[in-house]
Formats: sequence, structure tokens, C-alpha cells
Amino acid sequence: MTKSLYQLILVHFKTFFREPGILFWAILFPILMAWVLGVAFSNKSETLQTVYVIGAAAPEQITGEKIFGTETGNPFRIRFREAAEEEAVRAIKRGIIALYVEVRGSSLVYHFDPHNPDAQLLHLVLDRGMSGIRSNGSIEALQAKGTRYIDFLIPGLIALGIMNACLWGIGWTLIETRMKKLMRRMVATPMKLSVFLSSHIITRIILGGVETLLLFVFAWLYFGTTITGSVPAFIVLFVAGVLAFAGIGILTASRTAKTEIGNGLINAVTLTMMILSGVFFNYHNFPDWTIPVIQALPLTVLADAIRAIFIEGAGFAEMIKPIAILLATGLVTFTVGLRIFKWY
Amino acid sequence: MNKTPVIEINGVSKSFKDVKAVNHLSLTIYEGEYVALLGPNGAGKTTLIEMIEGIQKPDEGSIAILGMSWKTHAQKLHRAIGLSLQETRFIDKITTEETLNLFGSFYGLGQRRTEEILDLVNLKEKRKAYTVTLSGGQKQRLALGIALLNNPKILLLDEPTTGLDPAARREIWKILEKLRSDLGTTMILTTHYMEEAEVLCERILIMDKGQFIAQGTLSELNAKHGEGDLIEISFGNNFDIEALGLSGIKKLNWIAPHTKVQIFVDNIAEVLPAVINSAKTKNIKIEELLSRKMTLDDLFISMTGRHLHD
Repeated sequence: MTKSLYQLILVHFKTFFREPGILFWAILFPILMAWVLGVAFSNKSETLQTVYVIGAAAPEQITGEKIFGTETGNPFRIRFREAAEEEAVRAIKRGIIALYVEVRGSSLVYHFDPHNPDAQLLHLVLDRGMSGIRSNGSIEALQAKGTRYIDFLIPGLIALGIMNACLWGIGWTLIETRMKKLMRRMVATPMKLSVFLSSHIITRIILGGVETLLLFVFAWLYFGTTITGSVPAFIVLFVAGVLAFAGIGILTASRTAKTEIGNGLINAVTLTMMILSGVFFNYHNFPDWTIPVIQALPLTVLADAIRAIFIEGAGFAEMIKPIAILLATGLVTFTVGLRIFKWY
Repeated sequence: MNKTPVIEINGVSKSFKDVKAVNHLSLTIYEGEYVALLGPNGAGKTTLIEMIEGIQKPDEGSIAILGMSWKTHAQKLHRAIGLSLQETRFIDKITTEETLNLFGSFYGLGQRRTEEILDLVNLKEKRKAYTVTLSGGQKQRLALGIALLNNPKILLLDEPTTGLDPAARREIWKILEKLRSDLGTTMILTTHYMEEAEVLCERILIMDKGQFIAQGTLSELNAKHGEGDLIEISFGNNFDIEALGLSGIKKLNWIAPHTKVQIFVDNIAEVLPAVINSAKTKNIKIEELLSRKMTLDDLFISMTGRHLHD
């Protein structure tokens, strides 16, 4: 019994480490993503933007390359280019510029999409610079740890990693085992089904732990990310997260023997949550009525809870609710999945 | 001989949607017997064997194995049976040896048994090879090795040699023959190679459309259904062979009307000269002539009008 559990886990490990592709996607890719996104959003020491100028001859302040907004601690380097109006409109459509300025007599008219936050920001910066009005109060740039984008991102990536490890690592593997008729063959031995399923879950706890640790160590070394809250609470939360997504993985994989369908099913589950659950961007930008739905998604629960521990210094007390929700999710999906599970 | 029944199948049926895959079959298999289920694809062989394996549940009827049923003694039966499924694939990047160790662990067996099996199925040289790199014959031998791990009393093999070349097929036969002589294993094997059934099995059950259409030993089948010898002959022009009223012809099977015919006879030596003589006197040219012993394939064609391989 323990012998077969050990052998099964051994086999899962070997499959993992013998497949360079899996290693890349599971370990290197999240780190790369953290690095790219972290750098893209945190190194805003100077942003270079292009602005087109149309109409009459432009005043000196909006020709060539100028720096605006130095007083905010986030200076904008803006390159101005004279252009015809239709050229400017085309550039907006193509996303090359976010805004263009029209010189109309002695005044300036800003053309931009008011729903585009980048353009709005640019407008504010330009307008301040042009009017020459200094704000009377000083602006304080927020640079404390925990308010940076990377601090928001790392917990999200950890949650995403757990979800993907379980849905692909367990769900996909189960479907493939069934497709190959290997599951049928295993079930025709005295192997215990509980041992078979536990081997998958235990493997994911260990491998997911390693993945999380590597991602965290990278973020700690490179971005100085720290865990301000309780580490033991994080570990328990992590295990609860694995159990929740293991259940979802087993439910997702309960029927189909076709890898194409499995692919679609797993993508449907993971992509939906990846987009909605605020892994990369805050989900509060979604319409208000969707927020309660989004907050009920297991990935949201897990990502928000990890953020609370990492950034807000949360401990066990704050974790009771998310851990309970995750465990319940795992239990329900596991039970339903097992009930409809196709072993043959 | 005192024969102990090992598998008793009683009035078993199984349908999938509108198709009756197995239609009210009964069968008793005795200890030490090697039994072949022979038939074309879709005859119901796999469904029948999977019901014996406990993978499918019969809609009606009962199956007792060593006096036990799947409902009540699943664990014991798993331990008593060894099986190989049609086209099982293994985990790609796990080696032959690791695969055997994994399956061995399900029976509480260790490295020692893995060594014995590697030896038995002749895969010692491939022990460190990933299963994905094995040839068709090697994969089938690995599947057979897994089936033999627990020293099963009953071996159930579903098309163990389909798709293999003759040499690879013979290698599997050798292993199975050794098992019979060394261990007295009972085996049911499905196949659509009549040669396989002839070589390995003393009892052959010919299946078609969910039923046994003939059964017995090869010689019993031949005596009962087989028309002895077979002459296949084609003529240059129409030849009405029936009109000759030759004696000793059991059955005629026109392949092309009036020009190509299979003649099932008791004795080639009696009929063949008469056919040739009358062709000569009627000035009919013989373009092709072939005569041989009946095979099970011929038998199957004479009973169903179809080939086993269809």
C-alpha cells in the first residue's frame, strides 16, 4: 500500500523532471513572467511617450523632446512630432500614440479617448506642464513596499502556479492516463483508487511547493519581495489551495478520454479564472455586479489571501475564512468528481 | 481427466445503444485450458473478455471465476487474474523496468519479481529504455509481462499480437507456450489470426455478431464444419461445374460467376482429376488452380461469407 503510493509518486516525479517542456512551463515561465511584468511596471523612472502636434505652428514647449512632471517623481519624457490630422488619427487607432495636441490659435486642444487611463494621465501631465501652474502642495510618490505592482503580482502568480499545477498536473495527467487505457489497466490490479488519487495530490503539494519557493526566492532577490504576515499561515493556505484545485482538476478530468476535449475543458477553467481573478490586474475594474461572483472564484480567494499575508501582514485569524472556502471547494469538487469518475 | 471449471459464463448479454455486442452466451472453461476467441472486428470478443475481466458489467446473465463473482470478490479476482488490454500505452518517459516496478507494487511485489519478468518476456536489454521508444512487439511483451507479474491462475489477453510482424508474434507465442507447460495457466485469448488460435489453443470458439458460431478443437471443427480440402480454380470461359454431377463435392462457392470457384471436397485426389478431365473434354481452359487443406479462415468464410480480417 505505502509501496504503491511511493512508486506512484516516484513515477509522477520522474515524468515531471524528464520532460524539459514541463520544467520550463512550470518553473521558468512564471519567473520570467514575474521578471518581465515586474520590470515593465516598476521601472517607471522615466517614461518615453510620443505625442503628435497638429494645426498651427507649435509653441517652443511642445517641440522636440521635453521632460514633464519631474515634480511627481515619475517624470515623463515626451517626444513631440508635427503631423497632419489624419496621420494623428491613424496613429491613435494603431495605438502608436495615446493622445495628440492641436494648436488652435493661442490655445491647445487635447484629443484623446477619455476611457484610456494612459491618455488621461498624459493629458494631466501635459496640461500641468503647459499651464505652468505649480501645485501648492507637494506630491508624494508612493514607493513603500507593498504598493508596487510587483508586490501585487507575485502573490497572484503564486496562486496561478498552484492552479495550473493542479489542473494540468492532475487533470491533464488523468485524462491522458485514461486516453492511453493505462487507467483501465491500473484499475484492473489490486491498486487502491484512494492511493492512486492521493499520489497525485501529494506530488502536487511537493512540486507546487518547490515551484512556489523558487518563484518567491527570485522575487525576494530581484525585487525585495517579503512576506510580512505569518509564514505558517501561508503554508496551510498553500496546502488548502492545492486541495481545492486538485478537486477541481479531478472534477474536470472525471469523464473525458479525449485529450483535445480535456485541453479545452482545462483551458476553459484556467483561462477564465486567470482573467477574472485579478492575477495581473485588479478585478475591481470589472463592473460592480460581477465583483461578488469574481470574489467567489477559488483563484480569487487564494490570490487575495496570499496577498493579505504577503502585503498586509495577515496571520491565521484572517486566513480562517479563505482556508475554509478552499477546503470546502476541494471537498465538494472531489466528491462530485469521484462520483461521476470514469475509471475505464 | 478430472476437469475443474475455472470460468463459468451463463447466459451473458451486453448491448451498447442499439448494438447487441454479446448475445446470450454461455461458456465453461476448465483449468489449464488455452481457449481462443476467434472472430472479425466487432464480433464481440473484446466485450466478452472485458466482462470476464470485470471491466464491463453484463446486462444479464452471470459470470463466475474460480467460483467468485466481481460483485462480491473484486479484490481477490484482481489478484487471481492477469490481463492485457487491446493497445494499452504506457507512460512515455518511464522505463520498462520502472513500469514493471510500478505495477509490481500494486501486488506488493518488488525488484526481484521485476527481474524475473524481464527475463521471462525477454526485455532485459530494454530495461532502461523509455516505454515510448519500444517497438510494437516489445510493448506487447511488456504488457504481457505486467499481466504475468502476479503469477495469475487465469490469463486474459485481448489481441496480444495484433499489428505485430510474424517474428514478434512467434516470440509471444513462445512465452505463452512456456507458461502452459511450466505453470498450467488457464488462458483466454482473442485474436483474428486463425494461425494464432491453431498454434496456441486446444479449444477454439469462433465468434460472429455476439454469438459463438462454432467451437471445438481444430480437428473437431474441421470434422464437423470443415469440408476437408479446398480447390480454388478459375476458368478461361464459363464452366457449369454443377452440371457435371461429380461425386465427393461438399460445397461450391462461386467467387466470380461461372469462372472462379471454391470447391470444398472430402478428398482432393478424387475430385481434382475429374474436374480437370471434364474441363479438357469440354475445351475449357484452366487459368489458375490451387488446392490446399482448409484453414479456419476458409471455415469462417464458408459459414459467414466474410473474412476473419474484415
